[in-house]
Amino acid sequence: MPSANGTREITYVEAVREALTQSMQADERVFLIGEDIGVYGGAFGVSAGMHAQFGGERVIDTPISEAAIVGACVGAALTGMRPVGEIQFMDFITLGMEQLVLQAAKVRFMFGGKATVPMVLRTPGGSGTGAAAQHSESLETWFTHVPGLKVVMPSSPYDAKGLLMAAIQDENPVIFVEHKLLYKVSGPVPEEPYTIPLGEPNIVREGKHLTVVATSIMVQRAKQAAEELAKEGVEIEIVDPRTLNPFDDALMIQSVVKTGKALVVHEAVKTSGYGAELVSRIVESEAFDYLEAPVRRLAGLDIPIPYNRNLEYHAVPQVENIVAEARKLVRGDY
Amino acid sequence: MAKSKNAQTSQAAAKRKLSEKQLHDMLYTMMLIRRFEEKALDLYSLGKVHGTMHLSIGQEATAVGASGALTQQDYLLNTHRGHGHCLAWGSQADLMMAEFMGKETGYCRGRGGSMHIANVDANNLGANGIVAGGLPISVGVGLSIRARNTEQVVMVVFGDGASNEGAFHESINMASIWNLPVIFLCENNQYAMSMPVEKSMNIDRISDRAAAYGIEGVTVDGNDVEAVYEAVHNARQRAVAGKGPTLIECNTYRYMGHSKSDRQAYRTRDEVKTWMDKDPIERLAGNLGMSKDDKDSLFKKAEAEIEKAVEFAEASPEPDVADIMEGVYA
Ligand SMILES: Cc1ncc(C[n+]2csc(CCOP(=O)(O)OP(=O)(O)O)c2C)c(N)n1
Ligand SMILES: [Mg+2]
Repeated sequence: MPSANGTREITYVEAVREALTQSMQADERVFLIGEDIGVYGGAFGVSAGMHAQFGGERVIDTPISEAAIVGACVGAALTGMRPVGEIQFMDFITLGMEQLVLQAAKVRFMFGGKATVPMVLRTPGGSGTGAAAQHSESLETWFTHVPGLKVVMPSSPYDAKGLLMAAIQDENPVIFVEHKLLYKVSGPVPEEPYTIPLGEPNIVREGKHLTVVATSIMVQRAKQAAEELAKEGVEIEIVDPRTLNPFDDALMIQSVVKTGKALVVHEAVKTSGYGAELVSRIVESEAFDYLEAPVRRLAGLDIPIPYNRNLEYHAVPQVENIVAEARKLVRGDY
Repeated sequence: MAKSKNAQTSQAAAKRKLSEKQLHDMLYTMMLIRRFEEKALDLYSLGKVHGTMHLSIGQEATAVGASGALTQQDYLLNTHRGHGHCLAWGSQADLMMAEFMGKETGYCRGRGGSMHIANVDANNLGANGIVAGGLPISVGVGLSIRARNTEQVVMVVFGDGASNEGAFHESINMASIWNLPVIFLCENNQYAMSMPVEKSMNIDRISDRAAAYGIEGVTVDGNDVEAVYEAVHNARQRAVAGKGPTLIECNTYRYMGHSKSDRQAYRTRDEVKTWMDKDPIERLAGNLGMSKDDKDSLFKKAEAEIEKAVEFAEASPEPDVADIMEGVYA
């Protein structure tokens, strides 16, 4: 049942679809392009029904040609359109890297600020579906390492809608990383269009003993861990950057000043992961003087995602790992 | 039927027609593939496997005809829809099934799964989760064969959709200019997921693309095991004679959805039915003049082999989590 202000529970996939639909209704320049996004409705059903609603000129099915999908977005964006490309699995962005990294991210700067590339590339990342090593990547840090790209990673239906609408209105190329396991997660989302500014983090939960900075699916797992820990009297504060680049770190730093302890959690492999950036930001800031323990990272193992269900489960942080790590930090075991 | 013992027998076989015994063996392998995949589907429905899988039911003649024309020294680079090619290459159903179920005894120790089954010892360099992912690798295998100066060839299998990736065009061009012993086997099953071939390219035949790179291109009926055999056999002869790569397009059809999550809104039941009427197994059994009883008993034999494979897989151990870090680096 919708509440007075039109907020109701919908899933993450519905929230993404609603953001796309409302953006297309509000702005004729917005169109979708990608593999199997038309009649099929997208590999994860994100654009289900949208081909019927908007037609093949605005929901464009492509051949399997990722480099050209990304490049088509760049060209259309340069000349007045607002393309939203879909890369069917985040893994396949590797085939579009040149157009994304060397074209989309660079043309504005190279042309002395005289060109803009207002495009969005949506793509589902992450493991947990048994899809093995070539369909389970978490590559977000590749893109945070490229000036000119913005990188967004929503962890809830509310954030997915608001951040995607903001990304589509943004004047820059934005990589919008969804998570396969989040698609079915429900949460409150207002019916009317709204935006969440890119770059603003969110304090998902307040607590005084430990700051947990988590991204994407790990925010959901941190919330579950928080419930476990609360039973033991441990109150964790959860900070979700939401946008990895640009990222206004002030709220995170304030939180660490308050708690004196920090744990960073992400699914991508640990070595050179986004956690390294977060930890650096913490230790470079005034929070350093307040630290009562080493800042710890909990991340994916440095391996490709295995097919076997049990191995796959153990390859990335789970709720029990967050609980155990948080417990140690709070007890001073490090 | 597994691959012929060596190049000589394979070449000799093409001069004469395939013997009845050979065709009979081929029919059995086609039945084995079908039963393997039907079983795979059952196991998935029972929740015994997770992830997804891509079934090649309806396309068995292409796999069996192609591998049948190659030798045990040759190389295979397979696709995501690769169970059929893997079995046709002579792989063991039990080790494949164990891989499919994520067991330690599987071909890839449960790390790869349906989309990545390889048997490196048998020159099967693996299925590939990336559309057109095998094509550039085939160029390297071709270079290696030339550098080692052997009589081998490499066959890379891919779909109609893969022929729209840049990797397809780059690889065929390289194989052409360097005259490499590569057989590009395109399984045109009329769709790339939901994208029909007619909408994804403005040419009637994918093999027409060969002309752009100056190589031989042929289109054959992919549901006719003998036609596929002949085309691959000829391509092999050309390759070992130093006459370079060939692009072979096999027209066929997948009966099942693209993967486990496909509602098939992009095609009609009638269309599927039309192709089922051209079933490659029925066709070969008919050509061999087999009675219904003969056919049934051959299918029974295939079923028994698959049942044993499942028993083996189910009895096999899971990988040990303690070994999770193994195998990343040599
Ligand atoms: C580079 C890349 N893009 C997209 C996909 C997702 N995908 C897997 S199979 C497939 C369709 C492939 O079509 P085709 O090459 O005709 O082979 P078929 O599935 O019909 O056997 C798609 C789009 C992928 N695995 N890799
Ligand atoms: Mg196809």
